[in-house]
Order: sequence, then structure tokens, then C-alpha cells
Amino acid sequence: MSQQNQPLIEPIVAANPVTLHVLGICSALAVTTSMSTALVMSAALIFVLTFSNAIISLIRHHIPKSIRLIVQITIIASLVIVVDQILQAYLFDMSKRLSVFVGLIVTNCIVLGRAEAFAMKNKPGSSLLDGIGNGLGYAWILLLIGGVRELFSAGTLMGFSILPLLEDGGWFTPLQVMALPPSAFFLLAMLVWAVRSLRPEQQENVSTIENEEGAP
Amino acid sequence: MNNFNPLKFWHSFLAMPNANPVKTIGVAFLVALVCSFMVSFTAVTLKPLQDANRLGESVASLTDMLDVLGVGIPEPRLVELSSGAYAKRDPGTQVELLPDQDLAGLGKIETVSTVYELSEGGRIKLVILPVRGAGYKSTLKGYLALKEDLNTIAALTFHQQDETPGMGARIMEKPWQALWAGKQAADENGVIRIEVVKGASEGVHEVDGISGATRTGSGVGDLVQFWLGPQGYGPYLARLKAEGVR
Repeated sequence: MSQQNQPLIEPIVAANPVTLHVLGICSALAVTTSMSTALVMSAALIFVLTFSNAIISLIRHHIPKSIRLIVQITIIASLVIVVDQILQAYLFDMSKRLSVFVGLIVTNCIVLGRAEAFAMKNKPGSSLLDGIGNGLGYAWILLLIGGVRELFSAGTLMGFSILPLLEDGGWFTPLQVMALPPSAFFLLAMLVWAVRSLRPEQQENVSTIENEEGAP
Repeated sequence: MNNFNPLKFWHSFLAMPNANPVKTIGVAFLVALVCSFMVSFTAVTLKPLQDANRLGESVASLTDMLDVLGVGIPEPRLVELSSGAYAKRDPGTQVELLPDQDLAGLGKIETVSTVYELSEGGRIKLVILPVRGAGYKSTLKGYLALKEDLNTIAALTFHQQDETPGMGARIMEKPWQALWAGKQAADENGVIRIEVVKGASEGVHEVDGISGATRTGSGVGDLVQFWLGPQGYGPYLARLKAEGVR
């Protein structure tokens, strides 16, 4: 059982796409101004990642090597358009707040990365689990950063008031910096630091970094 | 040879080595076919819902505008654009625009349009005109409100655009839209002069552009000029003036 569920569990912390592989950073910075945008963005990514992994794995034996990336991107892009259309129909305000970032899931390295690294080599069932697992790994980081940023920039979580604002008669003065993109960078860096301190095996080998820097 | 057997053909296609050019082209074609079907199916089925959302947005934008101006509920009127006369019904027809008339980049426009009039004691106090036109990479839709002299702009709002976020999309921001209030559309000779300029604006016919969004800005200026001009609401506004808005 544990062997079967490994593709689902492992990417959540042990092989997290954001903290270990440092993928999907652009959207992690852009859509984490509030928890609700982070939630919808995560759901969209989980949908795309799960289905792209499953579909690509299903036809993996028949994808010619020469057009491998084109086939993968075609499938991913189509799924992204479908998600975007659904959001515009059912969550119109949210789709306007997410603006271009749903469309940019096409270029999210996690999706193509999992297609290449996992779905092309594994069975549809475990590819599907791998998609969900990596999606969840991305989601909890987005939700955590979104939650911290929303709490300290607006005193709310999911739109509900947690810290009463000074202007509404409370005591909390919002931190403007939390609403700006750099704060997401700092929070993400601290999160990577925390995860890698708890799991030292995720730290990059210093000698390999030096070698890479020396390389042309 | 036996009859053509599709199942057999399918199996032999799958059995081909992936490096075979026939298989490569076949796989590419099939993937493209299935994906395009999936995309068009979603787009077509969800279109009514999306259109309803956009309509709701335009109504909300109109209500917002009325709130800001602090005025009552205006009366919608159908206007035939070419003559400027009130129309009884909207035939839903469109007319092609010649390239030299098409300042707003629309290609063709409706023959009858809905405007909103606010009158007080039989005199017009405010008219609200729906306007639209090409921006930098999308069609901009909004409302233009004119004061009782039919020349002073009371407000300009937008409710639909797909410009670059942080650049052209800033035409949606209230502070920029507020720059339009009080500007004069035409000069004393009746020539429509209103435009969006780079840098600091001077006088009553110029509005500050948004830096980094020159083409969106000039698109906004052009569409306002177009809709106040002879192809747009020009004849209608001229008729109201002639009938003695005074």
C-alpha cells in the first residue's frame, strides 16, 4: 500500500515541487495576495496537473520522441483553456482577480516537469496520484503564503476579519509590505529555509554548487 | 484484399514504430483533433454563462456611475445613429464602416443603439452613452456621461477590457477615470478635440495618459472621439442641441 501511495505522499513535503525543486515560483509570488486567490489557483493547477499527467501517461507509448514536447504542451494548454473558460463562467470575479495567471499555468514548470519526469515513464494510475500529490504540495505552500500575506496586509483570512483594523476601531495596523510581491519572496525563502533545516537531506551539496558556478 | 477493417487499421497504426513519419504525423494530428474538440466544446457550452456575467458587469458599472454622479434612474431610449432620431425598436442590424471612418477600429457598428437620458422638468440633465473601441490588444467597453450642455464630460467608466495588467488595464482605475470629469469634448467651433496625451495635459480637451500604456490611451481617446462624431452619437447630440437643450 505505502508503495502504491508513494507518488501521492512524497511530493507533499519530501519532494515538494516548490521548496525542493523551486518550481512554480512566479505564480506563487503573484497570486498569494489573499487566501481565496491562492485557493482557486491551486485548484486550477491540481486539475491541470492531474489530467495532463494521466492523459500523457495513457498515451506515453505512442508519443514519438521527436514531437514529445509539442504533444505534451498541446495537451496541457488545452486543459488550461478549459479551466480558464470554466472560471470565466462560474467564478467570474475570481477569474478577473487571477487575470493572466490562470493562462500562465501552461508555462508553470511543475506541469511540464511532471509530464517529462514522471508521466512519460509510469502507469496512468500512479501518474494521476503523482499529479494530485504535486498539486497538493504546491497548494499548501500557496495557501500558507497567501494566508500570512492576507492576515498581515488586511487583517482577514478568506475575507473574514481576524485582526480588527485600527480604522474600524480595532488595534491592528496593516503591513503594507505584505500586499506587495517582495513579501512573497521573503516568506517563500523562509519556508524553504525551514523545510531544509528540518530535512537536511534536501540541502544542496555545497561542492556541486561551487562546481556549477565554475562551469561556463 | 478483404474489406477495409478500421479496427485492424487502428491496431496496425498503433503497432508502427514511433519513429515512423506516418505515425508521428498521425499522432500529432489526433492529439490536435481531440484537444481542439475539447477546447471548442467548453468554449461553446459555457459562452451563454460568460455573456451573462459580462452583461451583469456592465449593469453594475452603470449603477456605480449613477451612484458616483449622485443622480436618479435615467430613462433608456433607442436612437437611430445615422439620423439621430428616436427609434421604436431595435432591428439588430449592423452597418460596415469605411476604413477612414473607423477611428475606433470596430469594423462595423449597430444601426440602433440604447442611450440613457436623465431629464428634469422636460430638460435633459445628463445623457449616458455606451461606447466601445479597440485598445492595444482588446476591445474596451464603457459608458460616457455628458452634462446638460452635451459637451462637458461628467464621467467615463470602463467595464470590459483585456489590456496588459498594471499598464493598459489601469484605465479601469477610478483615479484615472476621474481625470475625465469636467473635460470638454468639442471646442467653440464644434470640432471634437478631446484626446489622451503623453505627459502633462494642458487645457480642457486633454487628458493625462498612463505611462507605459500609450496605445491603450490613444485607443480610449479615439473611441470617445468616434462615438461623439458623425458615425456615432453626433447626429443624436446635434438634434438634442437643435431642439433646445439651451
